[in-house]
Parts: sequence; C-alpha cells; structure tokens
Amino acid sequence: MTEDLVLPAPREAATDATDAPGEPLLVVEKLVKHFPVKGGFPIRRTVGQVQAVDGIDLTVHVGESFGLVGESGCGKSTTGRLITKLLEPTGGSISYRGKDITHATRRQLAPIRSEIQMIFQDPYSSLNPRQTVGKIISGPMEINGLEPEGGHEKRVRELLEIVGLNPEHYNRFPHEFSGGQRQRIGVARALALEPKLIVADEPVSALDVSIQAQVVNLLQKVQQELGIAFLFIAHDLAVVRHFSQRVAVMYLGKVIEVGDRDSIYTRPRHPYTHALLSAVPEVNVGGEDTEDGEDVPQRERIRLAGDVPSPISPPSGCRFRTRCWKAQDKCAAEEPPLIQISGNHAGHLTACHFPEEPTIEARDEDIVLDPALVALEESDD
Amino acid sequence: MTTVTKEAGAPVPAGADAFLSVRDLHVSFKTEDGVVRAVEGLSFDLERGRTLGIVGESGSGKSVTNLTILGLHNPMFTTVEGEILLEGQELTTARESELEKLRGNKVAMIFQDPLTALSPYYTVGRQIAEPYMKHMRASKKAAWERAVEMLGKVGIPNPRQRAKDYPHQFSGGMRQRAMIAMALVCDPDLLIADEPTTALDVTVQAQILDLLKDLQREFGSAIIFITHDLGVIADMADDIMVMYAGGAVERGTVREVLRAPQHPYTWGLLNSMPRLDSDPHAPLAPIPGSPPSLLHPPSGCRFHPRCTFQDRVGGARCVTEVPLLGPDRSSACHLTAEQKRTIFDEEIKPRLR
Repeated sequence: MTEDLVLPAPREAATDATDAPGEPLLVVEKLVKHFPVKGGFPIRRTVGQVQAVDGIDLTVHVGESFGLVGESGCGKSTTGRLITKLLEPTGGSISYRGKDITHATRRQLAPIRSEIQMIFQDPYSSLNPRQTVGKIISGPMEINGLEPEGGHEKRVRELLEIVGLNPEHYNRFPHEFSGGQRQRIGVARALALEPKLIVADEPVSALDVSIQAQVVNLLQKVQQELGIAFLFIAHDLAVVRHFSQRVAVMYLGKVIEVGDRDSIYTRPRHPYTHALLSAVPEVNVGGEDTEDGEDVPQRERIRLAGDVPSPISPPSGCRFRTRCWKAQDKCAAEEPPLIQISGNHAGHLTACHFPEEPTIEARDEDIVLDPALVALEESDD
Repeated sequence: MTTVTKEAGAPVPAGADAFLSVRDLHVSFKTEDGVVRAVEGLSFDLERGRTLGIVGESGSGKSVTNLTILGLHNPMFTTVEGEILLEGQELTTARESELEKLRGNKVAMIFQDPLTALSPYYTVGRQIAEPYMKHMRASKKAAWERAVEMLGKVGIPNPRQRAKDYPHQFSGGMRQRAMIAMALVCDPDLLIADEPTTALDVTVQAQILDLLKDLQREFGSAIIFITHDLGVIADMADDIMVMYAGGAVERGTVREVLRAPQHPYTWGLLNSMPRLDSDPHAPLAPIPGSPPSLLHPPSGCRFHPRCTFQDRVGGARCVTEVPLLGPDRSSACHLTAEQKRTIFDEEIKPRLR
C-alpha cells in the first residue's frame, strides 16, 4: 500500500542557514526532570524525588533520525515529553534552532509548537473517538491558523494519501480503523503542520510484526523524503537500528553511550550496551547447515542479575555499577563523564571508567551474573 | 465454504500415543456481531520434554487454543469441537472437577502479565504454596517450605523473607519469576507459557528465557511457548508452529522452519522483522494489508487476500480450496514443494541477508 504513494514536494519553507542538513536543530543540555514523591499523614510532604531524567545532553541535527533506546523506567519517554514541552523541566536547557525554549510561556511557544510534533505509542488512546478523521487531522491546522491552498479538506485528503490511507475515509471515526491504520492517522496529524522535528514515542511497539514493518517504512519515507528530523524513542534495539542514523542509550535517567549506528551496534564500549545487545534474541534465517548440527553462537552472552534499580534512590557514581561485572570502588565514588574514549570514532561518547573492548563477538567465557542461572547451570555440568 | 472446511479437518493423522495430542480442534465464540471462529481445524502433538513454540500475531488463535486445553474459556459463549488428549485423557468433554485436578498439577500456565495474574491480597509465598497444599495434600508448613525452596530456585534473593511479601513489593522480573515458581511447584508435565516475557525488558527477558530453559532441563516438563516474537522462539523451542487467522500454516523443527521456511506468511514475518544483523539501509518488506476479521474469514486459504504469490498457483485454488497441513514438516500452501524452494532461495533469502 505504501509502496506506490507519491509524496508531494515539501512546501516552500523559510530558507535560512539553520535549515541546512547537519546543522543542530535541537540542543538539549544537562536536562533534569524530577518528579516529587508525596507521602506522610496528616500533612503530605515531599518525601523523595523520582529522578526520571538526570542531566542528559543531546543534539538532534536537521533532517536526521536520532534514536533513543533504553529499558522501561530509564527516562526516555520523559525526555520526549520534556522536549515537546508537555512537561516542565526541573533544570537544564532545551534550545530549538538556537532559541532557548526551556521555560518558554505558551505564547512564546506558539510559533514553535507547530514545528515540533509528536507521535504517540498507543493508537487507541491518542485519537479522539468523537471526532472524524478529517477533524482530527485538520484540527492542528485550524488551531495554528494555517490556510493551505485549496482548503483544509483537500490538504487532509492529501495527507491521508501520503500515509497510505484512502482519502475517502475522511468522514470515518477512529473506531472504524485497525491499529496500524490508526497509527497512520497519528502520523498524518503530525505531518499536518509540516514540522521540522517529530518526537515519536514508541510509535510501533503496540503493533503486530507485519503491521509494524508497514509503519516503520512509512516513517522512514516521511523522514527521508520530507527531510523531517526524528527523535525516535523505542525499546526495540533492532527497530531503532533500522530507523536511526545516530543512537543514544539511556540507563536510569542518564545517557550512558551515544554514537552513530555502527559504533553503537558493532563497537559498543559501555558494559550496559554490551548486555543490552547480547540480550536481544537472534534469528538465524536461511543459514547453512553445519556439520555437527548445532548453531554456534557468534555473539557474546551476558546475563545481568536482577532488575533496574529504583530511580527514587539511584546508586551513587555510575548508575549501572550495581549490575556491572566490572564495578570497582571508583565507580561508586565518581560518576563517569560522557566522553570520547581513545579508540572511538568522533561523536561516539561513552560514560564508563572501565570500558569494554569494541566488539560484540562471543567471549571466551559467558558473563552470567544471575544467581539462579549460575546454580542451575553448575548443577548441569 | 462449509464443505471446504470439512475437507480441511478430514485427514486426521494418527498419533494418539503422544503426550499431548490436539485433533481437529474448532473453537468459536458467540458475540453480539456473530460467531467468531477463533480456531478452525487445528491439530498438533507434543512429546514429553519437548518445547513447542507457537508463533502468530494477535488474533491468530494461539492463546485461545491454550486456554481451551486448560478449560479456561467461558462455556456459556464458547463452542469447542475436536479432541484434546492429554496422556489419553479427553479434556474437551472433561468435567470441571477433573480439570481442577489437572490445573496447576499436571498442567500449569504462565501468563503474560504477572501483576494481574497474581492476587494482590495474598503473599507471594502463600500463592505458591496453595497448589502444592491442594494437589500434594501437603501440610501448610511443608508447602511453605516448598514455596521458599522454589523461590530460591528461580533466583529470588533472600527467599525466606521475600515469600512473606506481596506481589506489589516485587519488581516486574521478580513477579514473573514468582509466576514460574508457582507454575513449577507441583512439578507439572506440561507447562503452557503464554507470552511470558512480552511485558519484560530485554535484559530481564534474556534472564527469564535462560531460566526456563535450565529449569526445563531439570524438571523435564513439556512446554508450549506462545509468542509473537520469532527471535524468542528461535531461542527457546524445539518445534515451531506458525499460526494465522485461527489455523496452523506451517510446522517443523526450529532448524527446518528457520533454515528453509515454506509458507508465504512465514516469509512475510521474517521479511518484516528488523534484525540486528540485517542491512539497516534496506527497507523492510511488510506483508500488505492487515489480518482478517474472524467474523467473516476469507474463503479458501485464509492468507490469500494478503498473499503475493497467488498468481504462481494458478487458477482460483487459493480462493476456493483450503490448503492442508500435514502432521510433520509441512506448510499449508498450494505452491508446489519445488516452487516453495525456489521462491525462498531466489526471492526471499537474498532479502534477509
């Protein structure tokens, strides 16, 4: 369905220097978001802080797709909501095209809002069930006083065609569509204002595999042909690898490693990135038969112990140290800075005192930290 | 349509000596909109100690099949036809009291979401001890000891203390471990795991999958592992059954199916899945369209509206005739074996590199 669609040329945009590809579009510095935890009786006081995002630096360039990966609770969605200003940052700064928007008021934000759009995870709760598709997609245009040539309806039909839906569906309601089609409506709504940056928060994780691929392809087409920059937030490492040119890995509110796709996926240095990659189940499709009939795993096997610690009281120093096999006293005392480690490419930054070798080949010995696995595997031998 | 479905169910392979044997299973639900045919003509066997991976998208009937094995469907609205034999015992017509003796004892289940599957009202230890007390007629004390032992086995640190905790005091990974402990407490012969790692993070998922594999080696249970993730299946299962719109479309051992998949739907799944070792610049090749509504399933092969290889079969066979699935390595598709091989080698495989 998406294969043969024709994308119209992007509308004449204001062509100033900041629009050239490679220029920084969004710069985030030392961004912090703490949510207060209330408790106590009879007077409720703030008894702690959920340190959801704790000092992250990111730069998204014009027209690039930037991936943000991490496990649940690492702060990746909060980051997305801070950037779209759905949440007010506790500290740090966000600047969009050189303009500081960290604490901008509604009025100051109004002209920028149309340039930063969001696609949400759940295609069921992110569309108003009482509005028709036409109203959902033209809503942003009305609010922003955009008068496209030929009227709203023509533009909406155009957008529906871009995202691979039938323009005849203009008057239908969201419940008449399947999950994948709803997500397409969400994409059309985000495109309605011809944004420069789209923050996509897990846009495909609620969809089935075969539908997921359709939406990923659509987003990729939108990104490449309309030149829109994406902040792509997802937990699926393979999808992010497919979609993003640069990737940041988050753990407990910190960016622990950032770099271009190849650096992160084939030459990771942070132990957590290694663990994350080794945990992705692998399918060897159409492989040749080996003599002994056993597939020899070519990748390293790392099994961490336990879950991610609570962000209310994160570990001191390096936040990964409680699950890391290389942790030493220094890791508890001193927080590792996010820097370029010798041997890394430019732009590949890692926050670790004792980085790993830049390879994902199988090690001589598996790293298994889980006590139950150790016990069971020892009794096997 | 009706005559064709009868044909599909007709050839029943003899294999009644298997540990679990499902024969020509039909499950349908009455709803306000009409009858939903969730499972149609499904047959499979499972041997002791083996793991069968069932892979399929939402609505393919994979969960319904397994709820039916345990008799967990609502009998008010459900019609079940066919046979489910567990060691020769017929389960579809079994009385509720007989099923109760099986559940948690001989057959146990691990659900997707451990927070909703565990009761918030009782301690974790008590919930694990309960089936042991009921089925093994153990004393409260012995059952508690057993619960603590099981919690230790699944890797809960400090199990004696943690057994007194409530589910909300556990993290997501620990809850799923507690679920596994509960399922294994009576040493079941058959373990049904319905998307047990879907709600978990990838590093925790890897721990749980390894744990299940290691525990299976120790307990020797047969496992039915349901998931939508082919990667997880490749890691866990011995045999694969691919389901689509209420029926199995391809089966075989993991090696057979992943080395040389035969069904266009399996090809579509593999092609639409981004992998860590695939070329990131090549666009994904999704399956066009979306899964059919089971209120009005398509005639003939249920995959035909989305299949891009229909013209190679020739004629209208795909629309009129239901393709059959054999008992062993096979795929339910009208393409000839030769065609399947050449299409996979020449058109599908190069795209997967």
